[in-house]
Amino acid sequence: MEQTLELLSLSPPGWGANLLRGLAASIQIALGAFGFGLIIGFFGAMGKLYGSPWVRDLLEVYTTVVRAVPELVLILILYYVGTDLINQAAGALGRGPVEISGIAAGIWVLGIVQGAYATEILRGAIRAIPPGQTEAARAYGMPRGLMARRVTIPAMTAFAIPGLANLWLIATKDTALLAVVGFSELTLETRQAAQTTRAYFTFFLAAGFLYLMVTLFSGVIFGRIEKWARRGQPSHRG
Amino acid sequence: MQMIRAMLIPRRLIMLGLFAAFVVWCAVTLDWSWLPRYAPLALQGLWLTIWLLVVTLVLGFTLAVPLGLAQAIGPWYLAAPARAFCTVIRGTPLLLQIWLLYYGLGSLFPQFPWIRNSDLWPYLRQAWPYAVLSLTLSYAGYEGEVMRGAFASVQKGQIEAARAFGMPRHKIFFRVWLPQAIRGALPTLGGETILQLKATPLVATITIVELYAVAGRVRQDTFIIYEPLLLLAAAYLVIAGVITLGFRWIEGRGPRMSR
Amino acid sequence: MNLKTTLAAGAATLAFMTGAAMAETVKIGIAAEPYPPFARPDSAGNWTGWEVEIAGAICAAAELECVITPTAWDGIIPSLMGEQIDAIMASMSITEDRAKQIDFSDYYYKTPAVIVTAAGSDIEPTPEGLTGKILGVQASTTHQAYAQKYFGDVVAELRVYQTQDEANQDLYSGRIDAVQADSIAMADFVESDIGDCCTIVGAVKDDPAILGQGVGAGVRKGDDALREKLNEGIAKILADGTHDEITAKYFSAPIYQK
Repeated sequence: MEQTLELLSLSPPGWGANLLRGLAASIQIALGAFGFGLIIGFFGAMGKLYGSPWVRDLLEVYTTVVRAVPELVLILILYYVGTDLINQAAGALGRGPVEISGIAAGIWVLGIVQGAYATEILRGAIRAIPPGQTEAARAYGMPRGLMARRVTIPAMTAFAIPGLANLWLIATKDTALLAVVGFSELTLETRQAAQTTRAYFTFFLAAGFLYLMVTLFSGVIFGRIEKWARRGQPSHRG
Repeated sequence: MQMIRAMLIPRRLIMLGLFAAFVVWCAVTLDWSWLPRYAPLALQGLWLTIWLLVVTLVLGFTLAVPLGLAQAIGPWYLAAPARAFCTVIRGTPLLLQIWLLYYGLGSLFPQFPWIRNSDLWPYLRQAWPYAVLSLTLSYAGYEGEVMRGAFASVQKGQIEAARAFGMPRHKIFFRVWLPQAIRGALPTLGGETILQLKATPLVATITIVELYAVAGRVRQDTFIIYEPLLLLAAAYLVIAGVITLGFRWIEGRGPRMSR
Repeated sequence: MNLKTTLAAGAATLAFMTGAAMAETVKIGIAAEPYPPFARPDSAGNWTGWEVEIAGAICAAAELECVITPTAWDGIIPSLMGEQIDAIMASMSITEDRAKQIDFSDYYYKTPAVIVTAAGSDIEPTPEGLTGKILGVQASTTHQAYAQKYFGDVVAELRVYQTQDEANQDLYSGRIDAVQADSIAMADFVESDIGDCCTIVGAVKDDPAILGQGVGAGVRKGDDALREKLNEGIAKILADGTHDEITAKYFSAPIYQK
């Protein structure tokens, strides 16, 4: 038992600090990917709802492909495509190859995957807004931007939160996949620690515990956000 | 069919034409010399992927039904562990669960030498039992939550009517409650099946040579970067398409749900 | 006159800056998976090991500024070709297949390939000895190619692992009967805490075409400037005893053979 605590301690030769650093990297990547995905999702939802038929079809292809192909395959393809594009762009500008940090690459790759799911969630949420609200806003002569800010986004948020909460959890768990391509985050650090010390059970259970804490904590936070977003709306409990 | 008619408008025909041209361009300019050599291995990998998917779907769903039922109507000493199981499975990454089962259990074997002489040893040595176990538990964890909601959403009146007719409890469950719950959950189950398909590549990390591992082998042997990945993505798209069509057909078959 | 001076000053500055830009850092790629005793991370996250120190010594001798960049082993050659790293020093053997994609420096160590089994087993490092057994190798290595060619038909199963450590762990668990890998890495494993389980039963018959002619640093095809510099560095540390010094820290016998 003391050996377990020793292995997990925060200062060397304990690996606890390494794991926490990995956790910080994971959360950073997850936050970045979630945010990037939200931006893609917002424009994607707008495109799917109000865009031209070409835009709608292209976005349909995007969301279908991303939601059908395994993330591991997408991560590999996007990583190589992304670095190729950046190197070619850098080459065209006359500079040498650009170094891309693991965190940036992880955010880029996972963000595109998240964007497809976020598009569907936000599209469903916007469609769930009672149409009378947007009609009334337009009858008042509200310009589109003001209507988006005052009516669409606040009303859509309450419907979107459950789906987005799920999406955030998917983001945190998908960061583990980056271990397979060698980006340094919690699962990779755990595997390195386990391989170096041979204490596989200890470290995998510790990592599982950390992920579970993130999940439970996120659940509490999203519960609060949903309660705030639903303020003023009639409750289902009546 | 409706879908084919939807495809025949000019805009979609142009897009299909462009896509066909892209496929032809890929077939001609990219490097496909590795295909003949690796085709048998690729077919084996495809079979293994589909086998894993079907087996874990069946086993996982069989486990998910009692999990959902326990949470919906069970006493606290059944509902609480079921809920805890689902929470832990859904709160930790699948990759971690797979590695915990395979390497974590594996590191315990030498401490119990009698395991090597037991009948289970040939199975404990191989990787596929661990893959099946972890994928099954994962699917059961997620579907347990889905089935909980499905059981809770079946109209109470149906159960009451069945009981009023004097049906014994197991008959109510298998004739009324379960079929209605499954029918209500079918759309979600279709999506979850696709998610399970997307989870199968993770078992490549414990030496199972399924489709993703075959593509990895090709990439490592030949150093070709894109072509194996593109073909792999296309293969998964096709499988996902088949699954989606299958579920749509199943949904179309039953009586329309009265809402 | 003023214009001429300004232009001359500008040209001189530009030349100076270009010259200064030549002293850029060289990113040396090592495998992100631990491969003791050649490269392993300590609990603070720094990478140490024989190969890491040799890489530092070669760079110092060649007057290059090097940065150790851990990269996933199965993507390390694409990373080199995609210019995310400039050189590979990850115990990569020089083989013809690899030489088609990248160039190699001179080798800086050469060791045989051995078979490791559970203690007390009667397996021999020959095709007859391995018949019906389960053999484990690491993916994308010369050992995988060798095992596929010589043992592929006789073994019950050839299991391919992403990292050497996973293969060792499965040997320890008893899931596989034998592992083929580099003799030094296996000596380190057998001497470790869990290595009591296993013994090295001997080297496999050498096949330089598959097992390679030693371990060298990989560079991009055509990057002769860096390759020459690395060769200079390797020659220097072999000549002035730095190679022996670092080797003595980790191993009891020299690992460079002519």
